[in-house]
Amino acid sequence: MANSSVEQTAQSEHDIRATDSICINESQKQHKWYYNLKYLVVGLLFGVLFVKAEVISWFRIQEMFRLQSFHMYGIIGSAVLVGMISVWLIKRYRIKTISGEAITFTDKKFNKGQIYGGLLFGLGWGLTGACPGPLFAQIGMGATVVIVTLISAVAGTWVYGRFRDQLPH
Amino acid sequence: MLEIIKQPWPWYVAGPLIGLTVPALLILGNKSFGISSSLRHVCAMCVPAKIPFFQYDWKKELWNMFFVLGIFLGGMIAVTFLANTEPVQLNPSLVKELSIYGVTDFSSLVPVELVSWNKLLTLPGLIMMVGGGFLVGFGARYAGGCTSGHAIMGLATLQWPSLVATVCFMIGGFVMANWILPFILMM
Repeated sequence: MANSSVEQTAQSEHDIRATDSICINESQKQHKWYYNLKYLVVGLLFGVLFVKAEVISWFRIQEMFRLQSFHMYGIIGSAVLVGMISVWLIKRYRIKTISGEAITFTDKKFNKGQIYGGLLFGLGWGLTGACPGPLFAQIGMGATVVIVTLISAVAGTWVYGRFRDQLPH
Repeated sequence: MLEIIKQPWPWYVAGPLIGLTVPALLILGNKSFGISSSLRHVCAMCVPAKIPFFQYDWKKELWNMFFVLGIFLGGMIAVTFLANTEPVQLNPSLVKELSIYGVTDFSSLVPVELVSWNKLLTLPGLIMMVGGGFLVGFGARYAGGCTSGHAIMGLATLQWPSLVATVCFMIGGFVMANWILPFILMM
């Protein structure tokens, strides 16, 4: 009895996280907090890339949406291609994580949010010239006013969470 | 060598390296590449307010916060040690169009004449920084992901809902940049 209620909680926890379709991969192993530092290193390299490839440039994003430059299309296209090949290789050779766990993938479910939310996100992207990743890099670059944009993005996330049930999905 | 690194990196170098983030995160700990979920974790951590969407064990997602902290530090390092010596080389027609709105400073990656503390309390400044940020955060969560989670991770794993989201991101951006932004810049 007690066991099944624990299971139920675990199930609803999984559901809540899966609605985001991102934060569902769980590690069964309990690691110390500093194991997370490896993600900080990946993020750091990623941030350097963002700056060096001018991905976080407002101007580059404007060029992209005006079809005035191939730069961003080349970046996104080649990133997707490399990601695709990597995922195929991981699945094909059943590559495991460095701690020996299986790598898992969860299918995303379609809902109308991908259309409505996608369009709203696009409008915001065209305005700020930055999706969430570049916001962090821009602040690091010294554009401190972008902290306001970031806080506003957190507020947008919160408002979505608050009114989620009333929105069409 | 350092001279080469200091140049802006071409797309065919940067794009594949960004793509490698996908297997890197998977192999390091079975993590799906995604950035906007960090905003959700901030909500869950700081202001969950009993909202079901924020009731989950955010401690399990701390890796994501380390990841975005890394992006922040990466921005800092790149600009301090590896900064481009030249301003961004833009399409001349964009330069011409922006000059109509008084945007002529291309020295930074952000348009300093539009995005700065001085401009924050002007109408275009509020729309761009506060309004734009809100749309990014709200839209990304509504869509279930942003450019990283849908356009890169989602397409790389052949998820058709991610293709729908990516197409909608682009439509929204096209509409904003071509038809709405000019009016905002004229304010």
